[in-house]
Amino acid sequence: MKQKKYMNPYVGGVLLGLVLIIAFWVSGRGLGASGAAKSAIVTGVKTVAPKHVENTAFYQGYLETHPQPMKEWLVFQMLGVIVGGFISGAIAGRLKFKVEKSPKITSKTRLIFAVLGGILFGFGSQLGRGCTSGSALTGMAVLSLSGFLSMAAIFGTAFALAYFARKLWI
Amino acid sequence: MGPLIVNGIISDNTNLFLAFLIGIGFGFVLESNGFSSSRRLAGMFYGYDTTVLKVFFTAAIVGATGLLFMSLFGWIDLSYIYINPTYLWSTIGGGVIMGAGFILGGYCPGTSFCAASIGKLDALAFIGGMFIGILIFAEGFPLWEEFYNAKFMGAPLLSEVLGTSRGLLTFLIILVALGMFYLGEWSERKFARSDYQLNQK
Repeated sequence: MKQKKYMNPYVGGVLLGLVLIIAFWVSGRGLGASGAAKSAIVTGVKTVAPKHVENTAFYQGYLETHPQPMKEWLVFQMLGVIVGGFISGAIAGRLKFKVEKSPKITSKTRLIFAVLGGILFGFGSQLGRGCTSGSALTGMAVLSLSGFLSMAAIFGTAFALAYFARKLWI
Repeated sequence: MGPLIVNGIISDNTNLFLAFLIGIGFGFVLESNGFSSSRRLAGMFYGYDTTVLKVFFTAAIVGATGLLFMSLFGWIDLSYIYINPTYLWSTIGGGVIMGAGFILGGYCPGTSFCAASIGKLDALAFIGGMFIGILIFAEGFPLWEEFYNAKFMGAPLLSEVLGTSRGLLTFLIILVALGMFYLGEWSERKFARSDYQLNQK
């Protein structure tokens, strides 16, 4: 099946902005992503090593404010993201197992750098109290100082390092 | 009347159900715009595809103006809206590390789940890495706790820092965004690649 074209980016931006406003209107908080991954990690560690969680201040602190990590707003929102992405991909004929990469590198190289990038992003999202969705996009929409700082730091660094990573993409 | 949950108009469970529906909208819009493609996302940093910039800034200004209008109409009480706190060093430090992760991994957390949902295996690898990164942060927390909590400034708005109103700042952001859209359109022509198609309406 031939892939459909992507949506016009400005139309997409307006729709994303409307989703964001609805999120504010319903929950008082915007969108997010990394928070859901954190809920999953804390739940996972608690299941595998309950003693360890009891003895670690970090996990205890998190569980105090989030007694049921898998019943967090962001967890349900991220489950929705997976369903919504799948529906859009199905309609547009884009459902396919594949490793996306520059023609100049092997799939193995791509996967290694994807894991590495994921580790950095996971760590950075915890240090920065939110990722591109929760900190930069949502933070900017509410006009918070941290949203603008976060956006500038994420995109500024990626631009600054783009030259060194060019083989991965172009 | 809004936010609904804060004002007790909906129950906790309804709130979670709506979170799921909002997530479907979020994921659908991300995928429809090609945020499920790492080469498209990375294209932003080489100028051949600036979709990220266009979608991101359009969404931010729609979100910011939308909140202002809803507040004006009395539909939402802005004082109940969560404002991200600023811990100067960790906000910047975290952002720098995330930027490095973005250019190496080609995704951010939200887009990686969206891409994995249509079968991108590099996105699955990214998600695996992200879990490792969060685990490292949690396990080594005492090592960076001080940095994490340093330079706490409360939760200021940029408009407060600049000594201006929300409305004026939003207006300025719209002007900046229009300039960036122009730059993006120019860049896509200037850095167009023979091995990459924008494939959009």
